[in-house]
Amino acid sequence: MLLRHTPKEITERSALVINPAKTCQPIGAMYAALGIHGCLPHSHGSQGCCAYHRSALTKHYKEPISAATSSFTEGASVFGGQANLLQAIENIFTVYEPEVIAVHTTCLSETIGDDIKQIRDKAEKSGVVPGGKHVIYCNTPSYIGSHVTGFSNMVKGMTEIAESTGRKNGKVNVIPGWVEPSDMEELKRLAVLMNVPITLFPDTSGVLNGPLSGEFKMFPEGGVTMKELREAGDALGTLALGEWCSADAARSLDTRCKVPCRVLDMPFGLKATDRFVDALRTIAGTSVPEEITRERGQLVDMISDSHQYFYQKKVALFGDPDQLISMTEFLVSIDMWPMHLVTGTPGKKFEKRINELTAHLPYEVNVQAGGDMFLLHQWIKNEPVDLLMGNTYGKYIARDEDLPFLRWGFPILDRVGHQYFPTVGYKGGLRLLEKILSLLLDRKDRDDSETVFELTL
Amino acid sequence: MAIANKPTQWTPAEVKEEMLKKYPPKVARKRASSILINEALGNTTPEIQANVRTIPGIITMRGCTYAGCKGVIMGPTRDIVNLVHGPIGCSFYAWLTRRNQTDAGENGENYMTYCFSTDMQDSDIIFGGEKKLKAAIQEAYDLFHPKGIAVFATCPVGLIGDDIHAVAKEMKEKFGDCNVFAFSCEGYKGVSQSAGHHIANNQVFKHLVGQNDGAKPGEYKINLLGEYNIGGDGFEIDRILKACGITGISTFSGNSTYDQFASAHKADLSCVMCHRSINYVADMLETKYGIPWIKVNFIGAEATAKSLRKIGQYFGDKDLIDRIEAVIKEEMPAVKAALGDVLPRTQGKTAMLFVGGSRAHHYMELFGELGMKTVSTGYEFGHRDDYEGRHVIPTLKVDADSRNIEEIEVEADPERFAPRKTEEEMQALTDAGFEFKDYKGLIPDMDQGTLVIDDLNQYEAEKLVELIKPDLFCAGIKEKYSIQKLGIPLKQLHSYDYGGPYAGFKGAVNFYKEIDRLVNSKVWGYMKAPWQENPELSATYVWE
Repeated sequence: MLLRHTPKEITERSALVINPAKTCQPIGAMYAALGIHGCLPHSHGSQGCCAYHRSALTKHYKEPISAATSSFTEGASVFGGQANLLQAIENIFTVYEPEVIAVHTTCLSETIGDDIKQIRDKAEKSGVVPGGKHVIYCNTPSYIGSHVTGFSNMVKGMTEIAESTGRKNGKVNVIPGWVEPSDMEELKRLAVLMNVPITLFPDTSGVLNGPLSGEFKMFPEGGVTMKELREAGDALGTLALGEWCSADAARSLDTRCKVPCRVLDMPFGLKATDRFVDALRTIAGTSVPEEITRERGQLVDMISDSHQYFYQKKVALFGDPDQLISMTEFLVSIDMWPMHLVTGTPGKKFEKRINELTAHLPYEVNVQAGGDMFLLHQWIKNEPVDLLMGNTYGKYIARDEDLPFLRWGFPILDRVGHQYFPTVGYKGGLRLLEKILSLLLDRKDRDDSETVFELTL
Repeated sequence: MAIANKPTQWTPAEVKEEMLKKYPPKVARKRASSILINEALGNTTPEIQANVRTIPGIITMRGCTYAGCKGVIMGPTRDIVNLVHGPIGCSFYAWLTRRNQTDAGENGENYMTYCFSTDMQDSDIIFGGEKKLKAAIQEAYDLFHPKGIAVFATCPVGLIGDDIHAVAKEMKEKFGDCNVFAFSCEGYKGVSQSAGHHIANNQVFKHLVGQNDGAKPGEYKINLLGEYNIGGDGFEIDRILKACGITGISTFSGNSTYDQFASAHKADLSCVMCHRSINYVADMLETKYGIPWIKVNFIGAEATAKSLRKIGQYFGDKDLIDRIEAVIKEEMPAVKAALGDVLPRTQGKTAMLFVGGSRAHHYMELFGELGMKTVSTGYEFGHRDDYEGRHVIPTLKVDADSRNIEEIEVEADPERFAPRKTEEEMQALTDAGFEFKDYKGLIPDMDQGTLVIDDLNQYEAEKLVELIKPDLFCAGIKEKYSIQKLGIPLKQLHSYDYGGPYAGFKGAVNFYKEIDRLVNSKVWGYMKAPWQENPELSATYVWE
C-alpha cells in the first residue's frame, strides 16, 4: 500500500493539509499568460517558483514552457525587488524579444509589498520597454486562493488591455477558463461552425500542443493577440465559462468597456454544452448548424447505448470547482452517482452548487471546498466507489483501493492525450464517455468469473 | 530539415562570442566569466566563475534553496514526516516529483507518497504562522506517530519572522518520542539549490547523526554520501556492495531511514558520490568521528570497478580485495557484451551535459565508454571546486549570498571520536597513491578547446545546439522539449526520463541501450513531410 498511513477513521484537522487538491496562484497566472501570442510570463519572486511552475507545466504538456524570473536573493527580499524586475524587463526584451511580458507576483514579493504597477510604470518611463511592446501584470500571492484564482487574476489582467471605441465590432468574447489547448481549439471550431466571430482568451492552442518539425519557436503561432485583446472592449458581449476561472475578467470588461457578459458553466457534458451553444447562438443572433445538432445527437446516442453501465455507478472526484460542477451535472445526467467531491480551492459556493445538482439523489453527497485528497481517500475507505476521477496524483489512491481511475484535470503527468483531444463540447462528451465506459468495462472483464465472462457488452 | 549532424565550422571562441552577442553589455560581461574555453595553462586549471547570482530575466535552469533542501536532500527519507511551512505550492511541487525510489517493505513506515503543508493563508502572513505550525505538527504526530517531523521554511516564513526552530524544539520536548527539527531553507537564500543542500546537511548532522550508538554488525562498514537513488541507482549500488561483502551503514539520502542517519558515525569510511551536495558532511564526519572519506563514482562500469577497488584498497583486507575482483569479473562480461552491441552505433557521436553539481562530470564516464565525446558541459549549481578541484577551496571568496548560509563548526566528539586507521597506515596509503578527501573536478577531464559553461541558460543552450550540433543534449525537464524541437534528442539526467538505474554495472548496460535508442531513433528523420522536402511539382501523377 502506497498510502498505508491513511486511516479510515476521520479526525478533524485545523492546520495540517495532507495531499492537497490545489496548488498556488502563480502557476495559474503563468498558464493563462501562455495563452497570449508572443507573451513571456514572468514570475516576480525567487527562482524556485518559476522552476517549479515550468516543470509542472512542461510535464503536463510535454512542450517547452518559457518563462522568466526575477531571481530574488536575500538582498532583494530585504530591499525590495524593484531593481530585479527592472533589470529582468530590460533583459527579456533584449534577449527574447517578446511582444508582451506578463508579470505575476509570488508570496515573496507580496509579503515584502512590491508595487508592480509602480515598477511597471517606471520601466515604461525609463525606456526599457520598447515602443509597441507591453508589460501586463496581476497579483497572485500564493497564500490566497489557489492556482484557479491565479489563473482568473491573470485573465482579468488581460482585460485591462481592452479599449472601447464606442463602436461594436460584431465579435463575441469567449473566456474559456482553465481548459486544455485541445478544448480551446474545440470551442473555436464550434464558433466557426456557427459562423460566430469570437475572441477567445486566453488561447493556449497552437502554443502548448505544437508540432515537432526541427524548429524551436519560443513564441509559437497561437495565442490571443494584443490587438484582439484591445478590441475585446468593442465586442457584442462576453461569455465567461466558469464562475471561478472566468467571471472576474468578464465583469471587469463589463465595468470598464460596457461589454455585457453572461457567466456559464464550463461546457463539459450534454447540458452545459447545450447552454453554451444556445447562449452563443443568442448573443450572435445566428442559428445552430445541423452539424452541431448531429454531434449532440451522437452524444445522446452514446448515453442511451451504454446507460446500463453508467447507471448508479458511484464516483469520487477531485479537482477544480468549475470543472467539477460541470462534471457533476454530466454524471448526474447519465445516472451515475457522484459520491465524494473535493476541491482544494476555497469557496462555499462550490459546495452549494454541488448540493443543488445532487439534491434529488437518494443519498447525501460528501463535498468539501478547501478539502484535500487525504480526506477524499478516507471518504472512499468509508463508502467505496466504482470510479475515481482527478489529476495524476489520484493514481496512488486508485492503486491502493483498486479503483478504475480517469485522469482528468491538472496536472496529468503520466498519460498523454489531453493536449490533443478535447473534453469540452459534444465531441468532448463522447470522449469522456468512451473513457469512462472503457474503464468500467475493462474492470468488468477483469473481474467477471469465467462462467459469466461475455463476448458482447 | 532537422539540424544535420556535421562537424561544426565554429571555433570555441566564435561560439562564445555568438552566445554573448545579443546580451546587454552588463549581462554579457557577467556571463563571459562563466563561459570557459578549456585551454592548457601550464599545470594549472583555468578559473571559471561559478556559484554566483542568476541574472534576473535570464531563463535559468536553476531552482531554489527550498528545492535543494526539501526536494533533494530530505525528499528521499521515508520515515520522517516532511512538513512544509508555507503557502501550498512549495509542498505541492516537491510531492513525488523527484524519482527517489524507496523500499519500505510490506509494513515499513513510508511518508514519501504524502504531501504535508501548513497551507498558510493571508491571516497567517499578517498575524504570524507559529500557532498554525504548532497545530499542524501536533496533528501530524497524532495521526502518524512518526520518529521524526522535519519542518521546512518557505520564503514568507523568514520574512514574517516565524521562529520555526523554537516551535520545533518546543514540540520535540512536548512529545518526548518524536524528534522535531527545522530547516531555514527559504527559497530566496543563496543563489541556487546548492545552498539548500548545505542547510539540509547541516541540520541532519546536528539533529540526527550520532543519535544511535547501538552496535551495527557487518564488515567493511561504509557511508555512501550524495547518492539519491534516482531511478533505483542506489539499489544497484547496494546490490554490488553486498556482493562484495561491504556493509552500507547509511546512504545520504537515497532509500534512507531515520536510523541510517542516526548511525552514520558507526561507519569506517565515507564514500562521496555527489561532491557538490555533500562534501562538507564527509569533512564533518571525519572531524567529529574520525571517519576518513574518499571520492567515488558509480556512474560508468569502469568507474564502478575503480571505486570498488579503491574501497578494497582502503580496508586493505585480502578477502575483500579478492571478493571485489571476483564481483568485477562476474559483472563485466554482460557489460562488455552490451557495449559491444551498441558501440558501432554510438562511437564518435557527441554529447553536451548541463546538469546538477556532479552529474555533468560523472556521466562523462558513461559517454566515454560509449565512445562519445563530451563537447560542452557545465553545472547548474556547482561551485568552483566542482570544476577546478578541491585545491581552490581555500581561495573561494565568501560573498553576500554565501555569507548567510550557516557554516557549522565541528570538533572531535570527546567520546565517539576514533581514528579508523593509525597515522602510519594513512600515510602508507597516501604514499601508495591513495587519494583521501580529494576531488579534481570536471575541467581536467574535458578536452582542450571544449566549452565549460556554468549556469547555462535557455538562450545559450539553443545557441550551442544551433552552432555545435551535438548528437545528444543532457539536461532536465524544463530544457527537454525546446532542445528536442530543434531535432536533437535530450536525455534528462535529473529524472532519467523515468528510466534507470544507470549506476553500477547493470545501470551501465541500461544506459548504453538508452543512449543507443535516443541517438539512433528514427523519429529525428521525420521532421519534414515529403512535400516540404520537395515542394516543386515536377510531374503530375500518372494513373495507370
